[in-house]
Amino acid sequence: MYNFEFEKPSTIADAVAALGSEDAQALGGGQTLIPTLKQRLAAPSSLVSLSSIAEMQGVCVEDDGSVAIGGATTHAAVAADAAGSYPALAALAGQIGDPAVRNRGTIGGSIANNDPAACYPAGALGSGATIVTNTRQIAADDFFQGMFTTALDEGEIITSVRFPVPQAASYQKFLQPASRFALVGVYLARFADGVRVAVTGASEDGVFRWSEAEQALSKEFREDALMDLNINPANMIADLHGSKNYRAHLVKVMTKRAVQATI
Amino acid sequence: MPKDSGIGASSKRREDVRFLTGAGNYTDDINVYGQAHVYFLRSDIAHGRITKVDTSAAEGMPGVVKVFTGKDFEGVGGMPCGWEVTDKHGAPMQEPPHPILAQGKVRHVGDPIAAVVADSLEQARDAAEAIDLDIEELPAVMNMKAAAQDGATLVHDDLKNNICYDWQLGETDDAKVNEVFANAAHVTTLDLVNNRLVANPMEPRVAVGEYARATEDYTLYTTSQNPHVIRLLMCAFVLGLPEHKVRVVAPDVGGGFGTKIFHYAEEAFCTFAAKACNRPVKWTSSRSEAFMSDAHGRDHVSKIELALDADNNFVGLRTNTYANLGAYLSTFSSSVPTWLHGTLMAGNYKTPVIQVNVKAMFTNTVPVDAYRGAGRPEATYQLERVVDKAARELGVDPIALRRQNFVTQFPYDTPVALTYDTGDYNGTMDKLEAAADLTGFAARRSASEANGKLRGLGINCYIEACGIAPSNIVGMLGARAGLYDAATVRVNATGSISVMVGAHSHGQGHETAFPQVVADMIGIDESMVEIVHGDTSKIPFGMGTYGSRSLAVCGSAMVKATEKVIDKAKKIAAHLLEASEADIELKDGQFSVAGTDKSVAWGDVTLTAYVPHNYPLEVEPGLEETAFYDPANFTFPAGAYACEVEVDPETGQVSIEAFTAADDFGNIVNPMIVDGQVHGGIGQGIGQALLENCAYDENGQLLSASFMDYAMPRADDVPFYGVDHSSQTPCTHNPLGVKGCGEAGAIGSPPAVVNAVLDALNSGGKAVDHIDMPVSPSRVWAAMNG
Ligand SMILES: Cc1cc2nc3c(=O)[nH]c(=O)nc-3n(C[C@H](O)[C@H](O)[C@H](O)COP(=O)(O)OP(=O)(O)OC[C@H]3O[C@@H](n4cnc5c(N)ncnc54)[C@H](O)[C@@H]3O)c2cc1C
Repeated sequence: MYNFEFEKPSTIADAVAALGSEDAQALGGGQTLIPTLKQRLAAPSSLVSLSSIAEMQGVCVEDDGSVAIGGATTHAAVAADAAGSYPALAALAGQIGDPAVRNRGTIGGSIANNDPAACYPAGALGSGATIVTNTRQIAADDFFQGMFTTALDEGEIITSVRFPVPQAASYQKFLQPASRFALVGVYLARFADGVRVAVTGASEDGVFRWSEAEQALSKEFREDALMDLNINPANMIADLHGSKNYRAHLVKVMTKRAVQATI
Repeated sequence: MPKDSGIGASSKRREDVRFLTGAGNYTDDINVYGQAHVYFLRSDIAHGRITKVDTSAAEGMPGVVKVFTGKDFEGVGGMPCGWEVTDKHGAPMQEPPHPILAQGKVRHVGDPIAAVVADSLEQARDAAEAIDLDIEELPAVMNMKAAAQDGATLVHDDLKNNICYDWQLGETDDAKVNEVFANAAHVTTLDLVNNRLVANPMEPRVAVGEYARATEDYTLYTTSQNPHVIRLLMCAFVLGLPEHKVRVVAPDVGGGFGTKIFHYAEEAFCTFAAKACNRPVKWTSSRSEAFMSDAHGRDHVSKIELALDADNNFVGLRTNTYANLGAYLSTFSSSVPTWLHGTLMAGNYKTPVIQVNVKAMFTNTVPVDAYRGAGRPEATYQLERVVDKAARELGVDPIALRRQNFVTQFPYDTPVALTYDTGDYNGTMDKLEAAADLTGFAARRSASEANGKLRGLGINCYIEACGIAPSNIVGMLGARAGLYDAATVRVNATGSISVMVGAHSHGQGHETAFPQVVADMIGIDESMVEIVHGDTSKIPFGMGTYGSRSLAVCGSAMVKATEKVIDKAKKIAAHLLEASEADIELKDGQFSVAGTDKSVAWGDVTLTAYVPHNYPLEVEPGLEETAFYDPANFTFPAGAYACEVEVDPETGQVSIEAFTAADDFGNIVNPMIVDGQVHGGIGQGIGQALLENCAYDENGQLLSASFMDYAMPRADDVPFYGVDHSSQTPCTHNPLGVKGCGEAGAIGSPPAVVNAVLDALNSGGKAVDHIDMPVSPSRVWAAMNG
């Protein structure tokens, strides 16, 4: 990697200030960023670690019943600490990578990175979460804007993510055999006022909501409601691990399995 | 009763103590005082003409010691190939030069163009970025069939085409083969791909070169399976150095799987640069570099045809294979698709007429060479897939079809140049049928179907030629080296023993198994014997470890040397006991005079050898013997495997529910280690069958260039294995009666897995003839919905 300065502030305000300098970059768990640096694919002037900021850590239940997760909370902490308050999300966190990745990688890093095969973007979009930053609150529907693209501005950091807790939810992840990211992952959340279905791994436009399935399931929450629905393969990803048609097919299968798991 | 020491005991692997406690001394752990680091600037273009390499800016960068390009190696030899294959018209193979650093052209992504030696690796990388490079891109030669056409773009401009050789084995009369097929009652044909693999040993390659100016001695520390071979090739063919001035050390090496047999440019470079820079030079491959510079494995595209008569006897077999050699000839690459592959096409069957045709191709890809099994998996995969397909087409039981065609009389001369010394294929199949509970399969299939899954059973037989090899035979076949091995048994005055062996242990457990043999022969405790390996300055000579040869070949040398030691010790004992040498017996570490109670202990005799006060004057003092052993034949391990899979018909996901291996390895020294070797081999075979795929795009870019896209098998991808090694027909021509077990699992498992998947897909009214490896979920789904 190239040389860089390293800072480890203990407050959000200090972190934001440090990120104000040119080419500074936030460092979460480093599970994406450090390999990128090692390959010399990025050259930040300084890295601002968010791991010592107490106000960005932990899982708590808000007064309105929603679950708020600090932006620097690790996947392992979510898997353990959200198990009671939001089990489906905790299960999603528990399936990310391996123990080393889960003990370093953070929810803020994952959501900011918005890898098209990552799990958290599906969890956040499927739950209708709110992404809280140092300056504003952004609805998940507005936040994810295509592969590796988000609504975040330069220097803006995710301080927490607020999840409304559905009546039932399930994340169905079909593993890409090599990376074990999602070849296709479907996050289904059933709320009193309707069903949300978010799909990761599949689309060239990144995480998306499968609105036809949402409508059909909101009307009638049964596997059969999906029977006549099909995803258009045109926008699906095609790579070594699966064709467009295969991914489109898997979206339906995984959605069906998510229905089975929540019925 | 299982034995608790000596031959046949499952002694615990003594080397694991240091490996598992972080105390191993791996190659990358070696750091030499004052060392500089080298970074190789590698081509990111598959095929192109180098029009400019300007290193002037790089040379002035901080910490830079020296920058090398192809020009610095113009007077130096290239990387040699150790096996000359003669094509079917009698011409030698086309053998293009393979420079240490690219000269004129780059020929694959990863081909090294320049090397920067600097105080630190990061400084070397910084400087490499300052090298001004122009490469005029040429079309990449990727498809082997297209590459064989007249007028195809040439990988090597000076060759007449991209075909290294067009080789044939077995029946040379095409008309005769055609006639067999024309008269056959049934012909089964299959087109298949043996997928390209990357070995990915846990420790990437490392080389540290050192030069002592005052004495002109070189030392190379390297991740090698055969340090003497590296020394010989590098001294004789590449750098032109006297062997006695070069020491090659391969310490603890973190896995090899074949890919660390070969002499690599980086090794020669570090040795050369150590003198040129007058500083030790170290290189440690990154994982990304390993993907584009370690020799790959497999990569065959084959058509196989099997002819059967009206009684389902195999009457003819013909194969046509394109074998990818990559851009350059790696050390043993030419032997893999030929003598390690064509010779195995008879398999376990007495097919009378066999013709094997192989076109070996140059392409703009990483060189391909031996990988666990080397040629034999490619042969077994074709044969066992086509036999299974024939059984399906004919509606006969695949086991019965195999049994009917087994070779049952030994020795057996195959139509493809081998003589099987011994075996019992029906006996081994009996063991498999029992161990795998094949009668219970129908019930297990019903249970799977009740869960919405398809279940399949795949059977496979294999034979391999191991213990490579009789030097006179391989010499006739084109090997440019002998393939014997050597051992020195050095008995110390107090009776403990160091055995210097030419085999190299990089995970195989030699440090445990070899002493079991010597201790057993003498009747002393295993802890009194230790082996020394991996250092040309310590061991007499060695051709190294590959082809499941260590115990069969080097172990035999060790037995011979131990016998010489015992003979001499008996002379000394006879003197001490005032008896005739012929009457001396050795048992449990005691020399005694037959029929008397007079005896003297091993330790007293060894002490006498070194303190020869009361000593037979005609015998030399000391107790140390060396033996070289050249085998009389290959060894022929064989086995039968059964794999059971479940397929999720909705997603195409395959899971391996059971895997049973019945192997005949002849005599076994350490059953636990043998089980472990089989487990590892099957794991790698399952990796090839289900997961691993080294893929390029049409421009020669490596698509699977990291573990993000190259799927290595993980623990939860494989089942608990059932292994049965009770079928034992000892090898007839080596002293231990051993055959070798290192590659069996990797040879026998891929066809078992794929046969099982196809069996599953053909249950429940589906009909799928063929899927290429890796049988990934997407491929299974596509085949089912195709
Ligand atoms: C072997 C392996 C397996 C993996 N498997 C999976 C998987 O199965 N599923 C999955 O979803 N992911 C997987 N990941 C990715 C993992 O979840 C990462 O942790 C995650 O993508 C990035 O989080 P991080 O905290 O490590 O962020 P970093 O790598 O530190 O940063 C990533 C990016 O986010 C920015 N960033 C970090 N934190 C913040 C913040 N709070 N606010 C704003 N920007 C921020 C950084 O500047 C950088 O651009 C895997 C990673 C590895 C190495």
